Amino acid sequence: MVGIIGYGVYIPRYRIKTEDIAAVWGEDGPKLAKGLGVYEKSVPGPDEDVATIATEAARNAVKYARIDPKDIGAIYVGSESHPYAVKPTGTIVLEAIDGSHESTCADYEFACKAGTAAIQTCMGLVQSKMIKYGLAIGADTAQGRPGDALEYSAAAGGAAYIIGEDNPVATIETTVSFTTDTPDFWRREGEDFPSHGARFTGEPAYFRHIGSAARLLLEKTNTTIEDYDYFVFHMPNGKFPVNMGRQLGVPKEKLQESLVVRKIGNTYSGSAMIGLARILDIAEPGSKIFAVSYGSGAGSDAFVIRVEKEIEKHRGEVPTVDDYIERKKYVDYATYAKYRRKIKALA
Amino acid sequence: MAEKPVAQFWRKIRSVYNIVGTHCKTCGEYYFPPRPVCPNCRRKGELEEYKFKGLGKVYTFSVVRQAPPEFKRQVPYVIAQVELDEGPRLTAQIVNCDPEDVHIGMRVRACFRKIREMGGGGIIVYGYKFEPTMKVTGHNKE
Ligand SMILES: [Zn+2]
Repeated sequence: MVGIIGYGVYIPRYRIKTEDIAAVWGEDGPKLAKGLGVYEKSVPGPDEDVATIATEAARNAVKYARIDPKDIGAIYVGSESHPYAVKPTGTIVLEAIDGSHESTCADYEFACKAGTAAIQTCMGLVQSKMIKYGLAIGADTAQGRPGDALEYSAAAGGAAYIIGEDNPVATIETTVSFTTDTPDFWRREGEDFPSHGARFTGEPAYFRHIGSAARLLLEKTNTTIEDYDYFVFHMPNGKFPVNMGRQLGVPKEKLQESLVVRKIGNTYSGSAMIGLARILDIAEPGSKIFAVSYGSGAGSDAFVIRVEKEIEKHRGEVPTVDDYIERKKYVDYATYAKYRRKIKALA
Repeated sequence: MAEKPVAQFWRKIRSVYNIVGTHCKTCGEYYFPPRPVCPNCRRKGELEEYKFKGLGKVYTFSVVRQAPPEFKRQVPYVIAQVELDEGPRLTAQIVNCDPEDVHIGMRVRACFRKIREMGGGGIIVYGYKFEPTMKVTGHNKE
């Protein structure tokens, strides 16, 4: 059955504390951090972008899977911060993992769910026997306008998943999606920072789409919340996924382990995929995972994933999500602004 | 508009993305950048393409505090001579490490980074830099 042959993540080393951003804008830091459920966020180095983050994650995934990268027949990179407006990030990743030139490649965009859309595409290609393995990546170096609420959460990171049929470390049993035209968050061509519908991002956007996809998936699989050991929801902040869990009746402890957002912020296309990786790092074989992504605009992809015994043979190959979370160096707002090119006068 | 230096970067993509050099089957020597002829064996040499493991140690280094405008954002940064486990030395930046923590003999591994941007509208050049080898815990909760 189709599943995850290997996966890998990458989170940049730099962090900035919510309190330090709040201090610049005269806000109450501790209160803000607690309200958002984000205490610090990852910041990419000045020489890091989606191509380098995607490559590091993909190299980890290949090593974890112990496959020949030449057997990867498709590469899809989902992001809203591709380094080029025209020239696919996937071409750079393909070359950097020493992949085969005889493969197909494209970049995906769907706000924070572009990477899970890539997983679904790879599942289809694998199951129709068009390719042996597909590489699906979600990575972002998200930017918030200085002083905007988004600045507290917009972070950088990525995850790569190799999808195939032989000996998966986790089987993807079912997937469903829910999509509508909902303008909760957008960025027009040529604009540096995104715009959002403020309060509109909650009920009609995030909660409606994840909730609908989740209910659809339960219906399709004829299961209930009790049938699952772990839940992963997209994490725009630390509050939304917890509220989503409450609405669906998910016990707190089944969601807790995936909430990487508290320590790294919202990695956009990487968010739900890094959350899922955190669970795959620790879950016992036989565990059932219920994962739902969310992309503004808007849509959700939901997955039922079963962890296989095979996973035990692969652990210890590459750094875990926690290894990356713990490898950190704090920077102040000035350094952060310099790295993120918020200072326009500098080249 | 055609950009002049594009071809020269494009030609090196394979070699600088994955540290691909050459290995002489006659004398066993490894070379980076790749060489067309083995200087030890000349005509008797038999060169094959070789992908380096990307592991090595800092042979020597210096901390750059005065940089050209395009690298100012990264100051201070470390430029090192890295000795690969297979033998060759190459010059590269050390990242994911504070300058005061870099030392001679430090174990490093290759990582993938942006090397430079040819202006705001030009190509982005990627390639290898090195970082301290990372701790891998083994994926267990305990
Ligand atoms: Zn020779």
